[in-house]
Amino acid sequence: MNRFCSLVSGLVFGLGLTISGMTNPEKVINFLNVTRSWDPSLAFVMIGAIAASAPFFYLIKNKNKPWFAESFSWPTLKEIDSKLIVGSLLFGIGWGLIGLCPGPAIASISFMNPSSFTFILAMLAGFSLVRAYNLLK
Amino acid sequence: MTIINFTPLSSLLGGLLIGLAVIIFFIGNGRIAGISGITNNFLFSTVNRLDNFLFLLGIILGPLLYQFFTEATIPFVIDGSLILLVSAGLLVGVGTAIGGGCTSGHGVCGISRFSLRSIVATLLFMIAAIVTVYVKGMI
Repeated sequence: MNRFCSLVSGLVFGLGLTISGMTNPEKVINFLNVTRSWDPSLAFVMIGAIAASAPFFYLIKNKNKPWFAESFSWPTLKEIDSKLIVGSLLFGIGWGLIGLCPGPAIASISFMNPSSFTFILAMLAGFSLVRAYNLLK
Repeated sequence: MTIINFTPLSSLLGGLLIGLAVIIFFIGNGRIAGISGITNNFLFSTVNRLDNFLFLLGIILGPLLYQFFTEATIPFVIDGSLILLVSAGLLVGVGTAIGGGCTSGHGVCGISRFSLRSIVATLLFMIAAIVTVYVKGMI
């Protein structure tokens, strides 16, 4: 059942990205282009997603077991450290350069676009670099 | 500043679906639907590998399913030289791995849990992205 749940959540996520317009890098760039010709639509993606999941996370706080797994994996990190700050800034710069963040990048595999494949391979290389650095440290 | 291509309703509906996906993944499997983390774990960890694969597969099938039922073409306009694409991909990969999350993990799930860490991360990557687009537009 947990396999089915993973596939269904991914599907709903992918449908949401598509319907919202986030799968189009041009629209993302227009959203980030606040000082010139601005498309505020993607703020509504955030509002919609948080409006749905914030009450849920609040209500589920005292439940001790998910439906198809042994326990909830609540994030444990609380600290605002230099890694969080530097990482988020680097991510923001990369996002602003092309208009793709990880979710829409994965969804764009369905478009079979050479530019998006290049981006994805570079993103995976980025994951690998950090992984290699952490292993060598 | 002028407002262009404003699609509040479809964006809100898409956002609600993303929230629903977050809910399904957490109440079912007990996990946070953060895409950078799931992709990273799929690559390097054997824990939950099949689940991570199926989740990512679902994301890829999402646009195809939409296309199948609506017969609409999904706009996809990506603009950038090879160097720009590679730099952006590397920055997104390295940045989300160091910062522990992206638009979904910090931006949606973290803010929904009122995590101060995620609120700070989201503000920082939003500001960095807006400044990047501003600077790129001047060049």
